Amino acid sequence: MMIFLVNLAQILLMILAAPMAVGIVKKMKARLQNRQGAGISQPYRDLSKLFGKELLLAENASWIFRAAPYIVFTSTVLAASVVPVIVVDSPFSWTADVIALAGFLAIGTFFTALAGMDVGTAFGGMGASREMTFAALAEPALLMSIFVLSVSAQSTNLSVMIHHILEAGLLLKPSIAFALIAMLMVSIVENGRIPVDNPGTHLEVTMIHEAMLLEYSGRHLALIEWATQIKLVLFATLIFDLFFPWGISGTVAVSALLIALGLWVFKLIVFFVLLVIMETGLAKMRLFEVPQFLSTAFFLALLGMFMHYILEVGAQ
Amino acid sequence: MYWFVFLLGAPLVAAAWLAFDAHPYRSAWVNKIAAALTFIASLGLAVQVLRHGRLMVWDGWFFMDAFNVFLVALTAFVATTTAIFSGPYMRHELEAGKIDGNRLRLYHAMYQLFVFGMFLGQTSNNLAIIWLSLEIATLATVLLVSLYRTPGSIAAAWKYLIICGVGISLALFGTATLFFASSDVLGHGEAALTWTRLYASADQLDPTVMRLAFVFLMVGYGTKVGLAPMHTWLPDAHAEGPTPVSAVLSGLLLNLALYALVRCKMLVDASTGTHFAGNLMMGFGLLSLLVAAFSLHKQHDIKRMFSFSSIEHMGLMTFTFGLGTPVANFAAMLHMTTHSLVKSGIFFTVGHAAQVMGTQVMSDIRGLINHQPGIGWGLLIGTCAIAGFPPFGVFTSEFLIFSAALQSYPWTVSILLIGLLIAVAGLFRFVPDMTYGEVPEHAKLVHANMLPVYIHFSLALLLGISIPGFLASWYHQAAALIAGGAT
Amino acid sequence: MSSELLQQIITMGAALMLLISFALLSQKRMLSLLHWFALQGIVLAAVTALVGYTSDNTELYISATITLMLKGVLLPWVLWKIIRQMHVHREVEPLVNIPMTMLIAAALVVFSYQVTLPIEHLSHLITRNTIAVAMANVLLGMLMMITRKKAITQVIGFLAIENSLFFAGVGATYGMPLVAELGVAFDVLIASVVFGLFFYHIRDTFESLDLNKMEK
Repeated sequence: MMIFLVNLAQILLMILAAPMAVGIVKKMKARLQNRQGAGISQPYRDLSKLFGKELLLAENASWIFRAAPYIVFTSTVLAASVVPVIVVDSPFSWTADVIALAGFLAIGTFFTALAGMDVGTAFGGMGASREMTFAALAEPALLMSIFVLSVSAQSTNLSVMIHHILEAGLLLKPSIAFALIAMLMVSIVENGRIPVDNPGTHLEVTMIHEAMLLEYSGRHLALIEWATQIKLVLFATLIFDLFFPWGISGTVAVSALLIALGLWVFKLIVFFVLLVIMETGLAKMRLFEVPQFLSTAFFLALLGMFMHYILEVGAQ
Repeated sequence: MYWFVFLLGAPLVAAAWLAFDAHPYRSAWVNKIAAALTFIASLGLAVQVLRHGRLMVWDGWFFMDAFNVFLVALTAFVATTTAIFSGPYMRHELEAGKIDGNRLRLYHAMYQLFVFGMFLGQTSNNLAIIWLSLEIATLATVLLVSLYRTPGSIAAAWKYLIICGVGISLALFGTATLFFASSDVLGHGEAALTWTRLYASADQLDPTVMRLAFVFLMVGYGTKVGLAPMHTWLPDAHAEGPTPVSAVLSGLLLNLALYALVRCKMLVDASTGTHFAGNLMMGFGLLSLLVAAFSLHKQHDIKRMFSFSSIEHMGLMTFTFGLGTPVANFAAMLHMTTHSLVKSGIFFTVGHAAQVMGTQVMSDIRGLINHQPGIGWGLLIGTCAIAGFPPFGVFTSEFLIFSAALQSYPWTVSILLIGLLIAVAGLFRFVPDMTYGEVPEHAKLVHANMLPVYIHFSLALLLGISIPGFLASWYHQAAALIAGGAT
Repeated sequence: MSSELLQQIITMGAALMLLISFALLSQKRMLSLLHWFALQGIVLAAVTALVGYTSDNTELYISATITLMLKGVLLPWVLWKIIRQMHVHREVEPLVNIPMTMLIAAALVVFSYQVTLPIEHLSHLITRNTIAVAMANVLLGMLMMITRKKAITQVIGFLAIENSLFFAGVGATYGMPLVAELGVAFDVLIASVVFGLFFYHIRDTFESLDLNKMEK
């Protein structure tokens, strides 16, 4: 019974903490750029304001346009429910499969792109086509880097993989280093961060993700924004699970859970600091360089896979 | 021992001297004398080896057995006659303004360095040094091929450098892999690359690793032998370089690469206990024979045509060494001898023919016999000899090859026969037109030095009519030695 | 302890070498190509020195020093000078586009793994797996030579092959005998001089280092 509650709690934690996480990122970024910046709870205020606002629909919007925000939000929440945050095992851990995870994320991307095209504006279509181009390259890279870990754990189940990594201990494995770099590169693209996309921009020529959302308002916009925020935390957590799972709790003992929670927050903050430093330091790359960036990620992951088979399996 | 010092020392000293001597007559004489010294030294060594068996020199860093002393003697002989030929030939090029004094120094120094590389490789007991010597010989000949600095020669030399560079690095990879297998058995030191030690303990080497190593050695050294499909550098390098260089490339350098390959094959087949290396060599040999025979027909440049003939014969030799029986090895060595003699003789003649007509394009070379009978007859006789007409030595060796093939792999004989016939048809498609017919107006008389050519051809004739007894027993010793590894 | 550490070093070195081979193939600008090439030399020297340290093989220090001087510093510097002096175009100019090259490269890695598979099961040396990586690196270097137009990129491919061979020697057998190592180093030096000579000949004759101009 306890485990049900813990699991529910960790899903809710991720959903509810996501806006704050984004608030922290924005605040840190502002301070780094010598600005005061909004408070860290600003995303909550934005969301609640949007939920209260009147919903405006484009004239030729179909049911897809109206359904998309709910589908995007649900699929993101489902994806989040797959990823362990503070406790490894759950009654549903047999569903915690990385391929399912990638599938949920793909559904979200797919419907965002459909909605972008649905209203028939130029920006929506442009954003959708860019998003799909990148998604087509990002998915294989994401899966490939996860598979590097899957093959050594011999499972695509996240819980099993985390257990395997915890048992193996800290090892200097080239395959894992390569997979990590690939994974980080994919996360940047999937979350639309600098240097690939700029979440804060509304400049037509450069935007990718935002272009698809231009026609949204009110609670639709709120749901999509929220889903985006969850996705950022989700990717961070996934990276912790796969590469730095130390501290995550194997039991439901309260003390272990508290340690796991504390470590999770600590890891998130470290991650965000690095993210902010990178985003401040780098200029946005030109659009046509993104596929190359993604193929580099894919090849890094592929190299990691080779390394695993050639160097690590062969040596045992 | 003193002979050996002469063999390696004379070319080195001469190379150093010639690098600073641009005097056309004196430098040509130094070149000749150094080559002749090595020939005398090689004969001295041959007598010792044939009397006393295998000779180890300098703590076993170098060694001489019947197989390599035979190659050393052949190399020294062809190097000497080529040096004799190159004297007047290069003087003509100097007078024609195709090269200057600096280039002449470069030519002579690189020629001697090349000869040094040949001897180093053929006598070394260390696989890494064999590899290194092939690289020295390659780099020296690259500079020789580009001697004229024409666009064609630069492009040919670059192609030669790159393709053979890659080939030779694959051979190094093969050597490293071999060392990987042998350091397990012979310890981590020079011994694990020393050929005699390796051969003595071949049966302990890991067969799988040896097989992998041989694939790389085959492709690597095979590139230098000129085996198809890695042969593309060879026709260009032969066509664009000075004629003496074409002669030593065909007559000597390819032999050294084949020698390295055969040594490795002996090791690998002894280690695996199978005929794996032999089979691979037979396959590459047959392929090269066929590719070269067909390509012969499509040539316009006379030197290119004869270089394809070299590929054809190297393929034939590789095939025959691949057969691995004593008869086959005997035949292959005889063929190596006759081919080196005849082919370098042909290139000498072709060089003069090109000087006479001022071109290497076959359709512009006409009426050589009417114009300068020495050159014309030389070309015709040489072509008959290389085509394997009796009574020349090539006929004898090809006959032996056929009988060796019939013994072990009868079905290959038909392929060999087809390949050789196509090649002969190719040769006689062009050569009669060049020797007979009207003399073109632009033809000029050159001072032709046909003595080396006739020496080569008469030796080939002698080998065809009857092989002298001492030579036959020499070949037998070497053949048995090589075959020892194939069982 | 020592052998485990040795294995870690060699494994890491192999991974880096393979990464650099891919990086060399994916570069679009000459300067970054040279940087990666120099990095390869430095990684190679570092791995050699570390292997020498852990396996108590002092001969390897000599090799490491030569490698660092020659391949990490001297050759990249000379190539850079040549590029500057000859006004070589800054782009790499591949014949086959880069993603395609990378896919072929990946296929080559799988191929070399397949070929060396039987050894890995038979042998008992801890570093046998580096043979597969070294072979892959050699093939990738050849791929680079085939798919690039310029004489300089061909030479970098050639030198990268030499580097991989050296790595094969160090990784698989803790270094070839000193004679072999010195011979190879000498050879690389002389070959580079010849290459350099040829750059000038080619430029003087064809007024470009683009190899397409050589074909008649």
